[in-house]
Amino acid sequence: MMLSIKNLSVSIEGKTILKGLNLDVNPGEVHAIMGPNGSGKSTLGYVLSGRDGYIVEEGSVLFNGVDLLAMKIEERALAGLFLAFQYPLEIPGVSNLEFLKAAVDAQREARGEPLMSSKEFLQAAREACKAVRLPTEFLKRGVNEGFSGGEKKRNDILQMLMLQPKLCILDETDSGLDIDALQLVANCVNSQRDPSRSFIVVTHYQRLLDYLKPDYVHVLSDGKIIKSGGASLAAELEKQGYAWLVKQPGEEKSV
Amino acid sequence: MNTWFGNALTRAEAIDDWLHEKRAASLALLRDTDWPTRKTEVWKYTSLKKLEQIDFSDGTTAPVIDTNMIPGLNSIDIVFIDGVLQSIPADLPEGLSIVPLTQVPDEHQSWVFDLFANTKPRHHLFGLINDALATDGVVIDVAPHIYIEHPIHIIQTMTAGNEAHCRTLVRVGAGARATVIEHLIGDNESFNTSFAEYSLAETAALEHYRLALQSGAAINIGGSHFNLDKQAILSSTIVGYGSDLARVDMDICHKGEGTVAKLNALYLLDRQEHFDLHSNIEHTVPNGTTDEKVRGIVADKARAVFNGRIHIHRYAQKTLAELNNRNLLLSREAEVDVKPELEIYADDVSCTHGATIAEIDKSALYYLRSRGISLEQAHLMLNFGFINELIDKIPNAVLADWLRQQLSGRFTQMNAIKRSGQDTV
Repeated sequence: MMLSIKNLSVSIEGKTILKGLNLDVNPGEVHAIMGPNGSGKSTLGYVLSGRDGYIVEEGSVLFNGVDLLAMKIEERALAGLFLAFQYPLEIPGVSNLEFLKAAVDAQREARGEPLMSSKEFLQAAREACKAVRLPTEFLKRGVNEGFSGGEKKRNDILQMLMLQPKLCILDETDSGLDIDALQLVANCVNSQRDPSRSFIVVTHYQRLLDYLKPDYVHVLSDGKIIKSGGASLAAELEKQGYAWLVKQPGEEKSV
Repeated sequence: MNTWFGNALTRAEAIDDWLHEKRAASLALLRDTDWPTRKTEVWKYTSLKKLEQIDFSDGTTAPVIDTNMIPGLNSIDIVFIDGVLQSIPADLPEGLSIVPLTQVPDEHQSWVFDLFANTKPRHHLFGLINDALATDGVVIDVAPHIYIEHPIHIIQTMTAGNEAHCRTLVRVGAGARATVIEHLIGDNESFNTSFAEYSLAETAALEHYRLALQSGAAINIGGSHFNLDKQAILSSTIVGYGSDLARVDMDICHKGEGTVAKLNALYLLDRQEHFDLHSNIEHTVPNGTTDEKVRGIVADKARAVFNGRIHIHRYAQKTLAELNNRNLLLSREAEVDVKPELEIYADDVSCTHGATIAEIDKSALYYLRSRGISLEQAHLMLNFGFINELIDKIPNAVLADWLRQQLSGRFTQMNAIKRSGQDTV
């Protein structure tokens, strides 16, 4: 098992958001998490990545058998966890290139691999730019500085391509993307699918899932997974909304 | 009276040249000026004690200056050692005249005489000293409607135990465009007043740099002063390292309507370094724009002083002026003394100012760490990013790359930062 979340309860500023969430993810699987606004979808990504302010009240998370919650933010990333943000941050003054190089160096060092030469790195970064269709000039600019919403998301996907994580959590990466960009992101994700790599895809829309064809779809409501199913569940949700599920509590199921 | 000051006055009295009338006026003002103490407002946070302690014995051997220190800059280089002009390149582009202050030809004397001690405010003690003592210097004239592609690069350095006073005078003709870099280097125990005065004619555009990169025991007190005529555009970048005593005064006077001044200043200070920046912007006529951004990193026991004044005169309606100063303090003993001053006498203007002690953005720290970058390295990257934001805005890409390299090298060497990285969790 790659990721095993047991009875996870999380609060922010005294308010409990996740209320006993269970989720197991095996290597190579793609899990989609859908659910109404405020159900705790983003909180799940943040707490797994170790963001400050998210207090674990109860429960456990094992990542490849190791206690994820005991690890520092950067240790989680170096262990192979990657979160693509719903709203990637702008960091003026720190160039994309410098940022990527530092991140890639840290990953390679942690894996005991030799560091890339500047030339190798630049080559890889240029290829990744091409894959997400960002002009290579963007590498010289500040991290996400002045990027459009879609460009920021593609930049996060670019980082995913460069860092080669084991577990990728995509937090509404599809929101705000046009059809072409959506397809591009989906293709990038599909190109990274591998028996040893897993994905948790948080989304509101079936569109992205049409491309990704998830193995499992879960509905998160009020901090718990209230229904799990196959890809067809997404289609059903698209048609009917969440109301019919939310009215029938107690259907929690782990996969 | 301070001994050095007394000697300076005596030396000044002995100078007799074609600028005599100007020098005598400044000398008269100097005689009425008291040597500053802690109670003198403009020197409140900058002590002159280090200057009083310098041993001005005989100078040492002259250093070799590598004029090609900024690869790819393709500049027109002018070098001063101990305030003495070394040489002026022979093959200057058409429309550009560069002559030593000691040999100003007749046809230039009238405007040089007018500009001398004209853009620089009268009250500055060391400006007056420079007026009285600066016998060497350089005079640069860019003819109207000429574009000088290559930056004019004025390098100044000092050998140990020496004192120098030199002057730069620049006229940019109507519609002309040029780049001037005032570049001060070296760390020998010395004292240099280096003042530059600029006159920008109608629609002239000047890209200006003052790289105040002296360090160690090299004391420098100087300034760059500008008069902007109608629709002239000034873009100025100041970079400061601290030394035992370093002070830069920037004065910009919007004399014609529709002028634009963009001023970016940054400083990076360590150990017991001191850097003092005084900027004074005068809007005397309507429709002028000033955008001033000042950022600094102060580590260890270093001290920065920033005094930013914007004066909008009664008739200067529709002025747009923005002044922003942010400081990152990397140790408990680092100090910054900030004083923004707005004096507004017109009623239809937009003027903002802000001065803050900055903190590293926690969400930026999280973002970097979420990609596997260690807390310590993330701190270093964001701290440097704080000033690098202004380096990114430098119009000359070659110079920007070179400065980024210099500053990041200096930043890496700053022990105080390493300590602070470990302290903060």
